[in-house]
Amino acid sequence: MTNAVSIRPGRPVATELVRRLPEYLMIWVPLLLSAAHLVSFSLWTIWISFTPSTLIPVSGWVGLRNYSAVAASRNWQIAFDNLLLFGSAFVVLSAATGLVLAILLDQRIRGENVLRSIFLYPLAVSFVVTGTVWSWLLNPGLGIQKLVHDLGWTTFKFDWLIDRDMAIWTIVIAAIWQSSGFAMALFLAGLRSVDADIIKAAQIDGAGPVRIYRRIILPSLWPITITVVVIQLQFAISTFDLVRALTNGGPGIATQLPALVVYDLMFQRSLLGRGAAAAVLMLLILLAVLLPYAAWRYVQQRRAAHA
Amino acid sequence: MRDRGFAPGRILIYLAVSLIAAAWLAPLVVVVLNSLRSNEEIAQASMIGWPQHWAWNNYVVAWSGFCVAETCAGIRPYMLNSALVTIPATIFSTLLGAIAGYAVSLWRFRGDNWIYGIVTLGLFLPQQMRLLPWTVVLRDIGLINTLTGLVLIHTIQGLSFTTLFCRNYYVAIPHELIRAARIDGAGFFRIFWRIILPLSGPILIVTVIWQFTHIWNEFLYGVTFTTGQQQPVTAALIALSAAVADIPQHGVQSAAVIIAALPTLLIYLLGGKYFVRGLTAGAVK
Repeated sequence: MTNAVSIRPGRPVATELVRRLPEYLMIWVPLLLSAAHLVSFSLWTIWISFTPSTLIPVSGWVGLRNYSAVAASRNWQIAFDNLLLFGSAFVVLSAATGLVLAILLDQRIRGENVLRSIFLYPLAVSFVVTGTVWSWLLNPGLGIQKLVHDLGWTTFKFDWLIDRDMAIWTIVIAAIWQSSGFAMALFLAGLRSVDADIIKAAQIDGAGPVRIYRRIILPSLWPITITVVVIQLQFAISTFDLVRALTNGGPGIATQLPALVVYDLMFQRSLLGRGAAAAVLMLLILLAVLLPYAAWRYVQQRRAAHA
Repeated sequence: MRDRGFAPGRILIYLAVSLIAAAWLAPLVVVVLNSLRSNEEIAQASMIGWPQHWAWNNYVVAWSGFCVAETCAGIRPYMLNSALVTIPATIFSTLLGAIAGYAVSLWRFRGDNWIYGIVTLGLFLPQQMRLLPWTVVLRDIGLINTLTGLVLIHTIQGLSFTTLFCRNYYVAIPHELIRAARIDGAGFFRIFWRIILPLSGPILIVTVIWQFTHIWNEFLYGVTFTTGQQQPVTAALIALSAAVADIPQHGVQSAAVIIAALPTLLIYLLGGKYFVRGLTAGAVK
Protein backbone atom coordinates (compact mmCIF):
# COMPACT_ATOMS: atom_id res chain seq x y z
CA MET A 1 0.00 0.00 0.00
CA THR A 2 1.62 3.21 -1.12
CA ASN A 3 -1.42 5.25 -1.82
CA ALA A 4 -1.63 6.74 1.66
CA VAL A 5 1.58 8.71 1.20
CA SER A 6 -0.01 11.83 -0.07
CA ILE A 7 -2.44 12.32 2.79
CA ARG A 8 0.07 11.62 5.51
CA PRO A 9 0.41 14.69 7.74
CA GLY A 10 3.56 16.71 7.38
CA ARG A 11 3.42 16.78 3.59
CA PRO A 12 1.44 19.93 2.97
CA VAL A 13 2.04 20.21 -0.78
CA ALA A 14 0.81 16.73 -1.54
CA THR A 15 -2.08 17.07 0.90
CA GLU A 16 -3.10 20.29 -0.72
CA LEU A 17 -2.93 18.63 -4.10
CA VAL A 18 -5.18 15.77 -3.05
CA ARG A 19 -7.61 18.10 -1.34
CA ARG A 20 -7.90 20.18 -4.47
CA LEU A 21 -7.88 17.26 -6.85
CA PRO A 22 -11.64 17.42 -7.60
CA GLU A 23 -11.46 21.03 -8.69
CA TYR A 24 -8.36 20.44 -10.81
CA LEU A 25 -10.16 17.57 -12.51
CA MET A 26 -13.30 19.64 -13.09
CA ILE A 27 -11.32 22.54 -14.54
CA TRP A 28 -8.74 20.71 -16.57
CA VAL A 29 -10.38 17.57 -17.89
CA PRO A 30 -13.10 19.27 -19.99
CA LEU A 31 -10.83 22.10 -21.16
CA LEU A 32 -8.00 19.74 -22.03
CA LEU A 33 -10.33 17.34 -23.82
CA SER A 34 -11.78 20.18 -25.83
CA ALA A 35 -8.43 21.76 -26.70
CA ALA A 36 -6.73 18.41 -27.34
CA HIS A 37 -9.46 17.22 -29.68
CA LEU A 38 -9.37 20.45 -31.66
CA VAL A 39 -5.61 20.37 -32.11
CA SER A 40 -5.13 16.64 -32.62
CA PHE A 41 -8.16 16.23 -34.89
CA SER A 42 -6.99 19.07 -37.11
CA LEU A 43 -3.44 17.75 -37.30
CA TRP A 44 -4.69 14.22 -37.94
CA THR A 45 -6.96 15.29 -40.79
CA ILE A 46 -4.13 17.35 -42.28
CA TRP A 47 -1.82 14.33 -42.01
CA ILE A 48 -4.37 12.02 -43.66
CA SER A 49 -4.61 14.47 -46.55
CA PHE A 50 -0.97 13.70 -47.37
CA THR A 51 -1.37 9.90 -47.23
CA PRO A 52 -2.66 7.42 -49.83
CA SER A 53 -5.57 6.44 -47.51
CA THR A 54 -8.67 5.16 -49.22
CA LEU A 55 -11.09 2.91 -47.32
CA ILE A 56 -9.11 3.05 -44.07
CA PRO A 57 -6.44 5.46 -42.83
CA VAL A 58 -2.95 4.27 -43.76
CA SER A 59 0.46 5.84 -43.36
CA GLY A 60 2.61 6.80 -46.28
CA TRP A 61 3.32 10.00 -48.13
CA VAL A 62 1.90 11.13 -51.43
CA GLY A 63 2.78 14.78 -51.15
CA LEU A 64 0.15 17.03 -52.67
CA ARG A 65 -1.30 14.35 -54.92
CA ASN A 66 -4.64 14.27 -53.08
CA TYR A 67 -4.90 18.02 -53.37
CA SER A 68 -4.19 18.05 -57.08
CA ALA A 69 -6.68 15.22 -57.61
CA VAL A 70 -9.39 17.13 -55.73
CA ALA A 71 -8.60 20.42 -57.43
CA ALA A 72 -8.66 18.76 -60.84
CA SER A 73 -12.00 17.02 -60.26
CA ARG A 74 -15.09 18.44 -61.90
CA ASN A 75 -16.99 17.96 -58.67
CA TRP A 76 -14.71 20.30 -56.75
CA GLN A 77 -14.45 22.87 -59.54
CA ILE A 78 -18.23 23.15 -59.73
CA ALA A 79 -18.44 23.23 -55.94
CA PHE A 80 -15.88 26.02 -55.75
CA ASP A 81 -17.55 28.11 -58.45
CA ASN A 82 -20.88 27.58 -56.71
CA LEU A 83 -19.39 28.66 -53.42
CA LEU A 84 -18.12 31.91 -54.96
CA LEU A 85 -21.52 32.65 -56.49
CA PHE A 86 -23.63 31.44 -53.58
CA GLY A 87 -21.32 33.02 -51.01
CA SER A 88 -21.27 36.48 -52.57
CA ALA A 89 -24.95 36.55 -53.61
CA PHE A 90 -26.16 35.25 -50.27
CA VAL A 91 -23.93 37.50 -48.18
CA VAL A 92 -24.78 40.67 -50.09
CA LEU A 93 -28.51 39.97 -50.33
CA SER A 94 -28.98 38.78 -46.76
CA ALA A 95 -27.03 41.75 -45.39
CA ALA A 96 -29.08 44.11 -47.58
CA THR A 97 -32.34 42.47 -46.52
CA GLY A 98 -31.29 42.57 -42.89
CA LEU A 99 -30.36 46.25 -43.15
CA VAL A 100 -33.66 47.18 -44.81
CA LEU A 101 -35.60 45.25 -42.17
CA ALA A 102 -33.62 46.90 -39.38
CA ILE A 103 -34.21 50.39 -40.79
CA LEU A 104 -37.93 49.69 -41.20
CA LEU A 105 -38.21 48.38 -37.67
CA ASP A 106 -36.31 51.38 -36.36
CA GLN A 107 -39.08 53.79 -37.44
CA ARG A 108 -40.91 53.43 -34.11
CA ILE A 109 -43.56 51.24 -35.64
CA ARG A 110 -46.25 49.43 -33.73
CA GLY A 111 -45.86 45.72 -33.20
CA GLU A 112 -42.10 45.84 -33.49
CA ASN A 113 -41.64 42.86 -31.17
CA VAL A 114 -44.01 40.66 -33.14
CA LEU A 115 -42.40 41.63 -36.43
CA ARG A 116 -38.94 41.00 -35.08
CA SER A 117 -40.01 37.54 -33.91
CA ILE A 118 -41.39 36.80 -37.39
CA PHE A 119 -38.12 37.71 -39.10
CA LEU A 120 -36.07 35.70 -36.61
CA TYR A 121 -38.08 32.49 -36.26
CA PRO A 122 -36.42 30.72 -39.23
CA LEU A 123 -33.20 30.71 -37.19
CA ALA A 124 -34.84 28.39 -34.68
CA VAL A 125 -35.61 25.65 -37.20
CA SER A 126 -33.07 23.30 -38.71
CA PHE A 127 -31.63 23.67 -42.20
CA VAL A 128 -33.10 20.26 -42.96
CA VAL A 129 -36.59 21.61 -42.29
CA THR A 130 -35.90 24.81 -44.23
CA GLY A 131 -34.48 22.88 -47.18
CA THR A 132 -37.36 20.42 -47.24
CA VAL A 133 -40.01 23.12 -47.12
CA TRP A 134 -38.39 25.22 -49.83
CA SER A 135 -37.90 22.14 -52.00
CA TRP A 136 -41.70 21.86 -52.01
CA LEU A 137 -42.38 25.55 -52.61
CA LEU A 138 -39.86 25.79 -55.44
CA ASN A 139 -40.78 22.47 -57.07
CA PRO A 140 -42.41 23.54 -60.35
CA GLY A 141 -44.88 20.65 -60.29
CA LEU A 142 -45.95 21.26 -56.70
CA GLY A 143 -45.27 24.73 -55.44
CA ILE A 144 -45.42 28.31 -56.62
CA GLN A 145 -45.38 27.57 -60.35
CA LYS A 146 -48.16 24.98 -60.00
CA LEU A 147 -50.26 27.40 -57.96
CA VAL A 148 -49.94 30.18 -60.53
CA HIS A 149 -50.80 27.71 -63.32
CA ASP A 150 -53.88 26.55 -61.44
CA LEU A 151 -54.92 30.17 -61.03
CA GLY A 152 -54.98 30.49 -64.83
CA TRP A 153 -51.60 31.96 -65.82
CA THR A 154 -50.38 28.83 -67.56
CA THR A 155 -47.29 30.29 -69.22
CA PHE A 156 -45.78 31.35 -65.89
CA LYS A 157 -42.40 29.74 -65.37
CA PHE A 158 -40.47 29.43 -62.12
CA ASP A 159 -38.50 26.22 -62.37
CA TRP A 160 -35.08 27.16 -61.01
CA LEU A 161 -35.03 24.02 -58.89
CA ILE A 162 -34.71 21.80 -61.97
CA ASP A 163 -32.73 24.27 -64.07
CA ARG A 164 -29.00 23.52 -63.99
CA ASP A 165 -28.02 27.15 -64.42
CA MET A 166 -30.43 28.62 -61.90
CA ALA A 167 -30.65 25.88 -59.24
CA ILE A 168 -27.96 27.48 -57.08
CA TRP A 169 -30.24 30.49 -56.68
CA THR A 170 -32.85 28.34 -54.92
CA ILE A 171 -30.25 27.80 -52.20
CA VAL A 172 -29.63 31.54 -52.09
CA ILE A 173 -33.38 32.13 -51.61
CA ALA A 174 -33.74 29.59 -48.81
CA ALA A 175 -30.56 30.81 -47.09
CA ILE A 176 -31.75 34.44 -47.22
CA TRP A 177 -35.09 33.43 -45.73
CA GLN A 178 -33.32 31.53 -42.97
CA SER A 179 -30.70 34.03 -41.90
CA SER A 180 -31.56 37.60 -42.87
CA GLY A 181 -33.15 37.94 -39.44
CA PHE A 182 -29.73 37.44 -37.93
CA ALA A 183 -28.31 40.36 -39.91
CA MET A 184 -31.39 42.39 -38.93
CA ALA A 185 -30.81 41.72 -35.22
CA LEU A 186 -27.20 42.92 -35.40
CA PHE A 187 -28.01 45.97 -37.54
CA LEU A 188 -30.89 46.92 -35.27
CA ALA A 189 -28.56 46.85 -32.27
CA GLY A 190 -26.18 49.06 -34.26
CA LEU A 191 -28.89 51.54 -35.24
CA ARG A 192 -30.01 51.85 -31.64
CA SER A 193 -26.50 52.64 -30.46
CA VAL A 194 -26.04 55.68 -32.73
CA ASP A 195 -25.55 58.75 -30.57
CA ALA A 196 -28.95 60.49 -30.32
CA ASP A 197 -27.31 63.87 -29.71
CA ILE A 198 -25.55 63.82 -33.06
CA ILE A 199 -28.83 63.04 -34.81
CA LYS A 200 -30.59 65.82 -32.93
CA ALA A 201 -27.84 68.26 -33.85
CA ALA A 202 -28.16 67.32 -37.51
CA GLN A 203 -31.93 67.76 -37.35
CA ILE A 204 -31.49 71.21 -35.89
CA ASP A 205 -29.13 72.01 -38.75
CA GLY A 206 -31.98 71.15 -41.09
CA ALA A 207 -30.86 67.76 -42.34
CA GLY A 208 -33.66 65.53 -43.64
CA PRO A 209 -34.08 61.85 -42.75
CA VAL A 210 -32.45 60.56 -45.95
CA ARG A 211 -29.45 62.77 -45.42
CA ILE A 212 -29.14 61.75 -41.78
CA TYR A 213 -29.19 58.10 -42.75
CA ARG A 214 -26.66 58.53 -45.52
CA ARG A 215 -24.26 60.83 -43.70
CA ILE A 216 -24.47 59.77 -40.07
CA ILE A 217 -26.25 56.50 -39.39
CA LEU A 218 -25.15 54.22 -42.22
CA PRO A 219 -21.43 55.12 -41.99
CA SER A 220 -21.49 54.22 -38.31
CA LEU A 221 -22.72 50.72 -39.20
CA TRP A 222 -19.53 49.72 -41.04
CA PRO A 223 -18.00 47.64 -38.25
CA ILE A 224 -21.27 45.72 -37.79
CA THR A 225 -21.56 45.19 -41.53
CA ILE A 226 -18.14 43.58 -41.61
CA THR A 227 -19.05 41.31 -38.70
CA VAL A 228 -22.30 40.30 -40.44
CA VAL A 229 -20.48 39.59 -43.70
CA VAL A 230 -17.82 37.47 -42.03
CA ILE A 231 -20.30 35.39 -40.05
CA GLN A 232 -22.53 34.84 -43.08
CA LEU A 233 -19.47 33.87 -45.13
CA GLN A 234 -18.49 31.37 -42.47
CA PHE A 235 -21.97 29.90 -42.74
CA ALA A 236 -21.85 29.87 -46.55
CA ILE A 237 -18.53 28.04 -46.62
CA SER A 238 -19.78 25.23 -44.41
CA THR A 239 -23.29 24.95 -45.93
CA PHE A 240 -24.25 21.30 -46.05
CA ASP A 241 -27.66 20.42 -44.55
CA LEU A 242 -29.53 23.06 -46.52
CA VAL A 243 -28.31 21.80 -49.88
CA ARG A 244 -28.69 18.19 -48.83
CA ALA A 245 -32.38 18.77 -48.10
CA LEU A 246 -33.15 21.24 -50.88
CA THR A 247 -31.41 19.93 -54.01
CA ASN A 248 -29.03 17.22 -52.77
CA GLY A 249 -26.44 18.80 -55.03
CA GLY A 250 -28.62 18.42 -58.12
CA PRO A 251 -29.82 18.60 -60.81
CA GLY A 252 -26.82 16.38 -61.62
CA ILE A 253 -24.05 18.08 -59.67
CA ALA A 254 -25.18 21.63 -60.49
CA THR A 255 -25.53 22.72 -56.85
CA GLN A 256 -22.50 20.93 -55.47
CA LEU A 257 -20.74 22.75 -52.61
CA PRO A 258 -17.39 21.98 -50.90
CA ALA A 259 -18.98 20.43 -47.79
CA LEU A 260 -20.90 17.99 -50.00
CA VAL A 261 -17.74 17.07 -51.89
CA VAL A 262 -15.98 16.30 -48.59
CA TYR A 263 -18.83 14.06 -47.45
CA ASP A 264 -19.04 12.35 -50.82
CA LEU A 265 -15.30 11.59 -50.93
CA MET A 266 -15.07 10.44 -47.32
CA PHE A 267 -18.20 8.36 -46.87
CA GLN A 268 -19.61 7.52 -50.28
CA ARG A 269 -16.49 6.93 -52.36
CA SER A 270 -14.27 5.95 -49.40
CA LEU A 271 -11.36 8.07 -50.60
CA LEU A 272 -10.25 9.26 -47.18
CA GLY A 273 -7.06 10.96 -48.34
CA ARG A 274 -8.88 13.04 -50.91
CA GLY A 275 -11.76 13.73 -48.55
CA ALA A 276 -9.30 15.02 -45.95
CA ALA A 277 -7.60 17.15 -48.61
CA ALA A 278 -10.98 18.68 -49.55
CA ALA A 279 -11.68 19.34 -45.85
CA VAL A 280 -8.32 21.10 -45.49
CA LEU A 281 -9.11 23.17 -48.59
CA MET A 282 -12.38 24.20 -46.90
CA LEU A 283 -10.40 25.22 -43.83
CA LEU A 284 -8.05 27.29 -46.02
CA ILE A 285 -10.99 29.07 -47.66
CA LEU A 286 -12.34 29.81 -44.21
CA LEU A 287 -8.97 31.13 -43.02
CA ALA A 288 -8.81 33.40 -46.07
CA VAL A 289 -11.92 35.06 -44.64
CA LEU A 290 -11.19 34.85 -40.91
CA LEU A 291 -7.53 35.87 -40.74
CA PRO A 292 -8.02 39.30 -42.37
CA TYR A 293 -11.04 39.75 -40.11
CA ALA A 294 -9.01 38.87 -37.02
CA ALA A 295 -6.30 41.31 -38.10
CA TRP A 296 -8.89 44.03 -38.65
CA ARG A 297 -10.43 43.37 -35.23
CA TYR A 298 -6.99 43.55 -33.65
CA VAL A 299 -6.25 46.91 -35.25
CA GLN A 300 -9.67 48.23 -34.22
CA GLN A 301 -9.13 47.18 -30.62
CA ARG A 302 -5.66 48.70 -30.55
CA ARG A 303 -7.08 51.94 -31.90
CA ALA A 304 -9.89 51.91 -29.34
CA ALA A 305 -7.38 51.30 -26.56
CA HIS A 306 -5.28 54.29 -27.65
CA ALA A 307 -8.20 56.62 -28.18
CA MET B 1 -37.34 60.86 -39.41
CA ARG B 2 -38.71 59.65 -36.14
CA ASP B 3 -41.94 61.64 -36.15
CA ARG B 4 -45.20 59.95 -35.39
CA GLY B 5 -48.47 60.59 -37.20
CA PHE B 6 -49.87 59.25 -40.42
CA ALA B 7 -47.95 60.70 -43.27
CA PRO B 8 -48.04 58.69 -46.51
CA GLY B 9 -44.47 57.72 -45.79
CA ARG B 10 -45.51 55.85 -42.68
CA ILE B 11 -48.24 53.98 -44.54
CA LEU B 12 -45.59 52.85 -47.02
CA ILE B 13 -43.38 51.68 -44.17
CA TYR B 14 -46.21 49.63 -42.66
CA LEU B 15 -47.09 48.23 -46.07
CA ALA B 16 -43.52 47.17 -46.80
CA VAL B 17 -42.94 45.64 -43.41
CA SER B 18 -46.23 43.71 -43.50
CA LEU B 19 -45.53 42.34 -46.97
CA ILE B 20 -42.09 41.10 -45.96
CA ALA B 21 -43.49 39.62 -42.75
CA ALA B 22 -46.15 37.78 -44.79
CA ALA B 23 -43.45 36.39 -47.08
CA TRP B 24 -41.45 35.25 -44.04
CA LEU B 25 -44.46 33.52 -42.51
CA ALA B 26 -45.65 31.97 -45.78
CA PRO B 27 -43.48 28.82 -45.69
CA LEU B 28 -44.65 28.01 -42.16
CA VAL B 29 -48.30 28.63 -43.03
CA VAL B 30 -48.05 26.51 -46.17
CA VAL B 31 -46.57 23.57 -44.28
CA VAL B 32 -49.07 23.81 -41.43
CA LEU B 33 -51.95 23.84 -43.92
CA ASN B 34 -50.45 20.94 -45.87
CA SER B 35 -50.06 18.93 -42.72
CA LEU B 36 -53.87 19.07 -42.53
CA ARG B 37 -54.58 18.13 -46.15
CA SER B 38 -54.72 14.58 -47.41
CA ASN B 39 -51.95 13.30 -49.68
CA GLU B 40 -54.46 12.91 -52.53
CA GLU B 41 -55.77 16.44 -52.17
CA ILE B 42 -52.23 17.84 -52.42
CA ALA B 43 -51.40 15.61 -55.38
CA GLN B 44 -54.46 16.87 -57.29
CA ALA B 45 -53.90 20.57 -56.57
CA SER B 46 -50.58 22.07 -55.41
CA MET B 47 -48.64 22.34 -52.17
CA ILE B 48 -50.22 25.72 -51.59
CA GLY B 49 -53.86 25.61 -50.66
CA TRP B 50 -56.55 25.56 -48.00
CA PRO B 51 -57.57 22.14 -46.61
CA GLN B 52 -60.91 20.91 -47.96
CA HIS B 53 -61.16 18.23 -45.31
CA TRP B 54 -59.13 18.54 -42.18
CA ALA B 55 -56.84 15.51 -42.32
CA TRP B 56 -55.82 15.34 -38.68
CA ASN B 57 -54.88 11.75 -39.32
CA ASN B 58 -51.66 12.96 -40.99
CA TYR B 59 -50.26 13.64 -37.55
CA VAL B 60 -51.12 10.16 -36.32
CA VAL B 61 -49.43 8.58 -39.33
CA ALA B 62 -46.43 10.91 -39.11
CA TRP B 63 -46.00 10.31 -35.38
CA SER B 64 -46.26 6.54 -35.31
CA GLY B 65 -47.28 5.09 -38.66
CA PHE B 66 -45.20 5.71 -41.75
CA CYS B 67 -42.43 3.41 -42.90
CA VAL B 68 -38.75 4.07 -43.57
CA ALA B 69 -37.09 0.95 -44.95
CA GLU B 70 -38.79 -1.98 -43.19
CA THR B 71 -39.64 -0.28 -39.90
CA CYS B 72 -43.03 1.40 -39.63
CA ALA B 73 -42.88 3.33 -36.37
CA GLY B 74 -43.32 6.85 -37.68
CA ILE B 75 -41.17 9.72 -36.49
CA ARG B 76 -41.58 8.90 -32.78
CA PRO B 77 -38.40 6.80 -32.28
CA TYR B 78 -36.30 9.47 -34.02
CA MET B 79 -37.82 12.24 -31.92
CA LEU B 80 -36.92 10.16 -28.88
CA ASN B 81 -33.36 9.73 -30.21
CA SER B 82 -33.00 13.47 -30.69
CA ALA B 83 -34.31 14.11 -27.18
CA LEU B 84 -31.96 11.49 -25.70
CA VAL B 85 -29.00 13.16 -27.41
CA THR B 86 -29.99 16.80 -27.04
CA ILE B 87 -31.07 16.91 -23.40
CA PRO B 88 -28.01 15.22 -21.80
CA ALA B 89 -25.55 16.95 -24.16
CA THR B 90 -27.13 20.34 -23.40
CA ILE B 91 -26.96 19.76 -19.64
CA PHE B 92 -23.38 18.41 -19.66
CA SER B 93 -21.95 21.03 -21.98
CA THR B 94 -23.67 23.88 -20.14
CA LEU B 95 -22.57 22.70 -16.71
CA LEU B 96 -18.98 21.99 -17.71
CA GLY B 97 -18.83 25.22 -19.71
CA ALA B 98 -20.08 27.20 -16.71
CA ILE B 99 -17.39 25.70 -14.46
CA ALA B 100 -14.70 26.19 -17.10
CA GLY B 101 -15.83 29.76 -17.78
CA TYR B 102 -15.82 30.47 -14.05
CA ALA B 103 -12.33 29.01 -13.65
CA VAL B 104 -10.93 30.91 -16.61
CA SER B 105 -12.48 34.26 -15.74
CA LEU B 106 -12.38 34.43 -11.93
CA TRP B 107 -10.05 31.79 -10.60
CA ARG B 108 -7.11 32.22 -12.94
CA PHE B 109 -4.47 29.53 -13.16
CA ARG B 110 -1.30 28.94 -15.10
CA GLY B 111 -1.92 28.59 -18.83
CA ASP B 112 -5.55 29.68 -18.61
CA ASN B 113 -5.33 32.17 -21.47
CA TRP B 114 -3.67 29.63 -23.70
CA ILE B 115 -6.14 26.87 -23.17
CA TYR B 116 -9.10 29.24 -23.38
CA GLY B 117 -7.76 30.58 -26.67
CA ILE B 118 -7.48 27.09 -28.12
CA VAL B 119 -10.93 26.06 -26.90
CA THR B 120 -12.57 29.07 -28.55
CA LEU B 121 -10.95 28.12 -31.87
CA GLY B 122 -13.58 25.40 -31.86
CA LEU B 123 -16.11 28.06 -32.83
CA PHE B 124 -14.46 28.31 -36.22
CA LEU B 125 -13.05 24.89 -37.05
CA PRO B 126 -15.27 23.31 -39.73
CA GLN B 127 -17.03 20.08 -38.81
CA GLN B 128 -15.46 18.49 -41.88
CA MET B 129 -12.04 18.66 -40.21
CA ARG B 130 -13.35 16.49 -37.36
CA LEU B 131 -15.40 13.90 -39.22
CA LEU B 132 -12.67 11.32 -39.83
CA PRO B 133 -11.07 11.59 -36.37
CA TRP B 134 -14.44 11.26 -34.66
CA THR B 135 -15.19 8.20 -36.77
CA VAL B 136 -11.98 6.57 -35.62
CA VAL B 137 -12.40 7.60 -31.98
CA LEU B 138 -16.02 6.47 -31.80
CA ARG B 139 -15.14 3.15 -33.39
CA ASP B 140 -12.23 2.60 -30.99
CA ILE B 141 -14.29 3.23 -27.88
CA GLY B 142 -17.25 1.28 -29.26
CA LEU B 143 -19.65 4.22 -29.49
CA ILE B 144 -20.15 4.36 -33.25
CA ASN B 145 -23.84 4.26 -34.17
CA THR B 146 -24.92 4.98 -30.58
CA LEU B 147 -26.73 7.90 -29.03
CA THR B 148 -24.05 8.01 -26.31
CA GLY B 149 -21.48 8.71 -29.02
CA LEU B 150 -23.47 11.71 -30.23
CA VAL B 151 -23.86 12.95 -26.65
CA LEU B 152 -20.07 12.76 -26.25
CA ILE B 153 -19.42 14.68 -29.47
CA HIS B 154 -21.92 17.42 -28.74
CA THR B 155 -20.72 17.78 -25.14
CA ILE B 156 -17.07 18.20 -26.10
CA GLN B 157 -17.74 20.41 -29.10
CA GLY B 158 -20.35 22.45 -27.27
CA LEU B 159 -17.74 23.39 -24.69
CA SER B 160 -16.28 25.95 -27.08
CA PHE B 161 -19.55 27.89 -27.07
CA THR B 162 -20.60 27.34 -23.48
CA THR B 163 -17.17 28.26 -22.07
CA LEU B 164 -17.12 31.43 -24.18
CA PHE B 165 -20.64 32.49 -23.20
CA CYS B 166 -20.09 31.91 -19.49
CA ARG B 167 -16.58 33.33 -19.39
CA ASN B 168 -17.71 36.58 -21.04
CA TYR B 169 -20.52 36.84 -18.52
CA TYR B 170 -18.44 36.03 -15.43
CA VAL B 171 -15.67 38.44 -16.39
CA ALA B 172 -17.95 41.26 -15.28
CA ILE B 173 -18.24 39.88 -11.74
CA PRO B 174 -15.92 41.86 -9.43
CA HIS B 175 -12.86 39.94 -8.30
CA GLU B 176 -13.20 41.36 -4.78
CA LEU B 177 -16.25 39.18 -4.29
CA ILE B 178 -14.20 36.07 -4.95
CA ARG B 179 -11.22 37.30 -2.96
CA ALA B 180 -13.35 37.99 0.10
CA ALA B 181 -14.93 34.55 -0.11
CA ARG B 182 -11.50 32.92 -0.38
CA ILE B 183 -10.26 34.77 2.69
CA ASP B 184 -13.27 33.36 4.50
CA GLY B 185 -11.98 29.93 3.55
CA ALA B 186 -14.42 29.11 0.78
CA GLY B 187 -13.03 26.81 -1.92
CA PHE B 188 -13.52 26.54 -5.66
CA PHE B 189 -16.78 24.62 -5.57
CA ARG B 190 -18.33 26.42 -2.63
CA ILE B 191 -17.77 29.79 -4.30
CA PHE B 192 -19.23 28.45 -7.52
CA TRP B 193 -22.24 26.99 -5.77
CA ARG B 194 -22.92 29.85 -3.35
CA ILE B 195 -21.87 32.97 -5.27
CA ILE B 196 -21.51 32.30 -8.98
CA LEU B 197 -24.43 30.02 -9.69
CA PRO B 198 -27.05 32.30 -8.11
CA LEU B 199 -25.79 35.10 -10.37
CA SER B 200 -25.83 32.92 -13.48
CA GLY B 201 -29.55 32.72 -14.28
CA PRO B 202 -29.61 34.74 -17.50
CA ILE B 203 -26.43 33.30 -19.01
CA LEU B 204 -27.44 29.74 -18.22
CA ILE B 205 -30.78 30.27 -19.97
CA VAL B 206 -29.00 31.75 -23.00
CA THR B 207 -26.54 28.87 -23.08
CA VAL B 208 -29.15 26.15 -22.65
CA ILE B 209 -31.36 27.59 -25.40
CA TRP B 210 -28.40 27.97 -27.74
CA GLN B 211 -27.10 24.45 -27.11
CA PHE B 212 -30.53 22.83 -27.30
CA THR B 213 -31.36 24.52 -30.59
CA HIS B 214 -28.01 23.70 -32.14
CA ILE B 215 -27.88 20.08 -31.09
CA TRP B 216 -31.51 19.39 -31.95
CA ASN B 217 -31.05 20.90 -35.41
CA GLU B 218 -27.67 19.28 -36.10
CA PHE B 219 -27.59 16.98 -39.11
CA LEU B 220 -24.06 16.17 -40.34
CA TYR B 221 -22.87 14.22 -37.28
CA GLY B 222 -26.20 12.48 -36.96
CA VAL B 223 -26.16 11.23 -40.53
CA THR B 224 -22.45 10.34 -40.43
CA PHE B 225 -22.19 8.48 -37.14
CA THR B 226 -25.58 6.79 -36.88
CA THR B 227 -27.73 4.70 -39.18
CA GLY B 228 -31.25 3.32 -39.27
CA GLN B 229 -33.09 3.31 -35.98
CA GLN B 230 -30.33 5.21 -34.17
CA GLN B 231 -30.63 8.39 -36.21
CA PRO B 232 -31.75 11.75 -34.86
CA VAL B 233 -34.86 13.33 -36.34
CA THR B 234 -33.07 15.61 -38.80
CA ALA B 235 -31.46 12.62 -40.48
CA ALA B 236 -34.76 10.72 -40.34
CA LEU B 237 -36.54 13.51 -42.22
CA ILE B 238 -34.08 13.17 -45.08
CA ALA B 239 -34.44 9.39 -45.00
CA LEU B 240 -38.23 9.79 -45.09
CA SER B 241 -38.09 12.05 -48.15
CA ALA B 242 -35.88 9.52 -49.90
CA ALA B 243 -38.10 6.59 -48.87
CA VAL B 244 -41.29 8.11 -50.26
CA ALA B 245 -39.68 9.74 -53.31
CA ASP B 246 -41.65 7.53 -55.72
CA ILE B 247 -45.07 8.01 -54.14
CA PRO B 248 -44.81 11.27 -52.19
CA GLN B 249 -47.00 11.61 -49.11
CA HIS B 250 -46.84 15.35 -48.77
CA GLY B 251 -49.53 15.62 -46.13
CA VAL B 252 -47.79 13.16 -43.83
CA GLN B 253 -44.36 14.58 -44.63
CA SER B 254 -45.57 18.07 -43.75
CA ALA B 255 -46.88 16.80 -40.43
CA ALA B 256 -43.52 15.13 -39.77
CA VAL B 257 -41.69 18.37 -40.56
CA ILE B 258 -43.92 20.30 -38.15
CA ILE B 259 -43.37 17.74 -35.39
CA ALA B 260 -39.60 17.78 -35.92
CA ALA B 261 -39.46 21.58 -35.84
CA LEU B 262 -41.81 21.97 -32.88
CA PRO B 263 -39.37 21.63 -29.92
CA THR B 264 -37.02 24.39 -31.09
CA LEU B 265 -39.89 26.59 -32.28
CA LEU B 266 -41.55 26.31 -28.86
CA ILE B 267 -38.31 27.17 -27.12
CA TYR B 268 -37.94 30.15 -29.43
CA LEU B 269 -41.46 31.34 -28.63
CA LEU B 270 -40.94 30.93 -24.89
CA GLY B 271 -37.41 32.29 -24.66
CA GLY B 272 -37.12 34.58 -27.68
CA LYS B 273 -35.25 37.29 -25.81
CA TYR B 274 -32.58 34.85 -24.63
CA PHE B 275 -32.45 33.21 -28.04
CA VAL B 276 -31.57 36.51 -29.67
CA ARG B 277 -29.05 37.31 -26.97
CA GLY B 278 -27.26 34.03 -27.65
CA LEU B 279 -27.33 34.78 -31.35
CA THR B 280 -25.69 38.16 -30.96
CA ALA B 281 -23.35 37.01 -28.18
CA GLY B 282 -22.09 34.27 -30.47
CA ALA B 283 -21.60 36.87 -33.19
CA VAL B 284 -19.47 39.33 -31.30
CA LYS B 285 -16.88 36.76 -30.38
